Amino acid sequence: MKIDASLYTHRALNDLLRSRTDETSVENCLGLRFIGSGLSHGTVLIDGVPGNALGAYLDGAKIIVNGNAQDAVGDTMNKGEIIIRGNVGDAAGYAMRGGEIYVEKNAGYRVGIHMKAYKNNRPALIIGGRAGSFLGEYQAGGFIIVLGLNDDGMPIVGNFPCTGMHGGKMFLRSDCRDVFFPEQVTARPAGAEDMAEIKPYLEKFCDAFHYNPSFIENAPFTVVTPDTQNPYKQMYVAN
Amino acid sequence: MGIDFISAEFDVVRDDARCTRCRVCEKQCANGVHAYDEKNRRMTADETKCVNCQRCVAFCPTRAIKIVRNPNTFRDNANWTASVVNEIYKQASKPGVLLSSMGAPKNLPVYFDRILINASQVTNPPIDPLREPMETRVFLGKKPEKIRRRPDGRLDCALEPQLELALPILFSGMSYGSVSYNVHKALATAARETGTLYNTGEGGLHKDFYAYGANTIVQVASGRFGVHKDYLEAGAAIEIKMGQGAKPGIGGHLTGAKVSGDVSATRMIPEGSDAISPAPHHDIYSIEDLRQLVYSLKEATAYKKPVIVKVAAVHNIAAIASGIARSGADIIAIDGYRGGTGAAPTRIRDNVGIPIELALAAVDQRLRDEGIRNNVSLIVSGSIRTAADVVKAVALGADACAIGTAALLAMGCRLCRSCHTGKCNWGIATQDPALVARLNPDIAARRLINLLTAWNREIKELMGGMGINSIEALRGNRLMLRGVGLNEKELEILGIAHAGE
Repeated sequence: MKIDASLYTHRALNDLLRSRTDETSVENCLGLRFIGSGLSHGTVLIDGVPGNALGAYLDGAKIIVNGNAQDAVGDTMNKGEIIIRGNVGDAAGYAMRGGEIYVEKNAGYRVGIHMKAYKNNRPALIIGGRAGSFLGEYQAGGFIIVLGLNDDGMPIVGNFPCTGMHGGKMFLRSDCRDVFFPEQVTARPAGAEDMAEIKPYLEKFCDAFHYNPSFIENAPFTVVTPDTQNPYKQMYVAN
Repeated sequence: MGIDFISAEFDVVRDDARCTRCRVCEKQCANGVHAYDEKNRRMTADETKCVNCQRCVAFCPTRAIKIVRNPNTFRDNANWTASVVNEIYKQASKPGVLLSSMGAPKNLPVYFDRILINASQVTNPPIDPLREPMETRVFLGKKPEKIRRRPDGRLDCALEPQLELALPILFSGMSYGSVSYNVHKALATAARETGTLYNTGEGGLHKDFYAYGANTIVQVASGRFGVHKDYLEAGAAIEIKMGQGAKPGIGGHLTGAKVSGDVSATRMIPEGSDAISPAPHHDIYSIEDLRQLVYSLKEATAYKKPVIVKVAAVHNIAAIASGIARSGADIIAIDGYRGGTGAAPTRIRDNVGIPIELALAAVDQRLRDEGIRNNVSLIVSGSIRTAADVVKAVALGADACAIGTAALLAMGCRLCRSCHTGKCNWGIATQDPALVARLNPDIAARRLINLLTAWNREIKELMGGMGINSIEALRGNRLMLRGVGLNEKELEILGIAHAGE
């Protein structure tokens, strides 16, 4: 089914998407917000630029965007898949607990903040290009992977990545010599075991955006992990 | 001992003639104050561990125990009080932020106590609530600005989603984790029985309590713990927590030690991991951003549930509330300076925020001035202690009040302000299974129902005295209030006249 997004409010479009079980193609999308909020089933193809909060609380549906996406993609996402053939704005994957987000190009600021994991829910956020400042603040679980395939000469990540990180893993396809990490995390070259963990995601990325897996993998990766699950343990005195 | 020694705050006074050495006090004290001296066949006490929770006093079968203030004192000093001096000693021995619990105990003015309620005499006769119908039912949510008609001329009765409360009182957000399973069970049961709502706080919703969804407010805070589609759909309303009165401007932090078993499953985070709610929502830096979260939640739940935005009462609360009222939120919850908490830095709790009475009056007035008061309902909290506080709050402009501390007191809390230790002897602020089992959820629910029933009767009586038979006619009716001992500025902000005027 094809839908002209310009004829819909976000409320009407979401009502329609909830009623559909198979693939829906949304065309002519110009900043319509909240598409697929809480959606649990079906596949949504979007042509154009969806507005903020695309796939918030996503609960199993698949969303593919042929274009850029704006802020807060996959906020508190629980399950499902979002593929962006372009850039994403700020705060993508905020507090996501499950599912996967693949971004072909760059991501904005505050991406992957407070991403968490629980049992079989291990979210993954894969960014092809570079990420802005504050990447993975308070990360509590899951994988944040940045591949640095951007060709604009900008660093793979902005300032202050991993501040307050207390779980999960971050992978940066770089030796990270110029990246400054906070004290409570350890950054080291990724080993074979680390790479095996993210191999399925890298393969899916290559599949989605037509990259050669060996080209992606044959580069130095840095893996960042927190030193403790309890970063604030020593800060208090009972009164 | 020595330089690190801090004198015990309390003394354990035991009447040896009454004591039967039954050792109940020893069994009841999770802090390990009481012990039995086999050799001398007598009970001993380590009063340095005592938090004055009154558990031993309440359970001593011969009423042999009293907990009293330790008469040992520093030299009198109105400036350098004992608590200030002891806090310096604590921080001199360990470089940490002081951590406290429950609402600020400081001696700041309680405006509710300086406001008096009107009653009818001679003209406009009072109403006897025992004889005549009195309405305390309230509906929370956006109200239409004007009467709308459909094309066929009939009334358009479609409303934005509303919460129906049988009385203008609901339970404040208290997370599973900060309080025990049995507390949540009691709150949920009491909310259902009395026709009101309880609030999950930011700890997710235990699977056993989905059945109480129609009486549940589910909270979404910056850590998004336990938030997923089913959770959002389970509740009658969704509350976005921006802040709380006990600790405005900072986040929440449940230590990993308390994230075990069911708490971990309900928050959906691994056992032993700290549950950190960052101070800001990192996706909300403006009213526009807030609007985005409000609408993403509405979209996720098909516009069936009202969205509440909870904020702490702070200096510019009127402007903040005005922004929230324009964000698409249906209800604003404002939590005052004295609001309770399971743990907050002492300095924040005691020094940040403003009293709820002033915040409420300022917000209600501002929303009226801007013609947007009907866009939102107002829930206020932050030390609502009695039915009279509820009546005064409603007359100052609140649609309903939320109670946390009062509800905990009804369940046995003795306000020892030691929630952060996790060793609550009353089974409230603890996850220790043996302690949790001390709180019988059926009895606790009954006591909550009793409290709300009693307050509702008192509210009706106070309303009747004013000649008001519907809570709707009391809301924002500041002519029913007078101040005593307040200065002109305070009266101006409260929007009330002085007694005698």
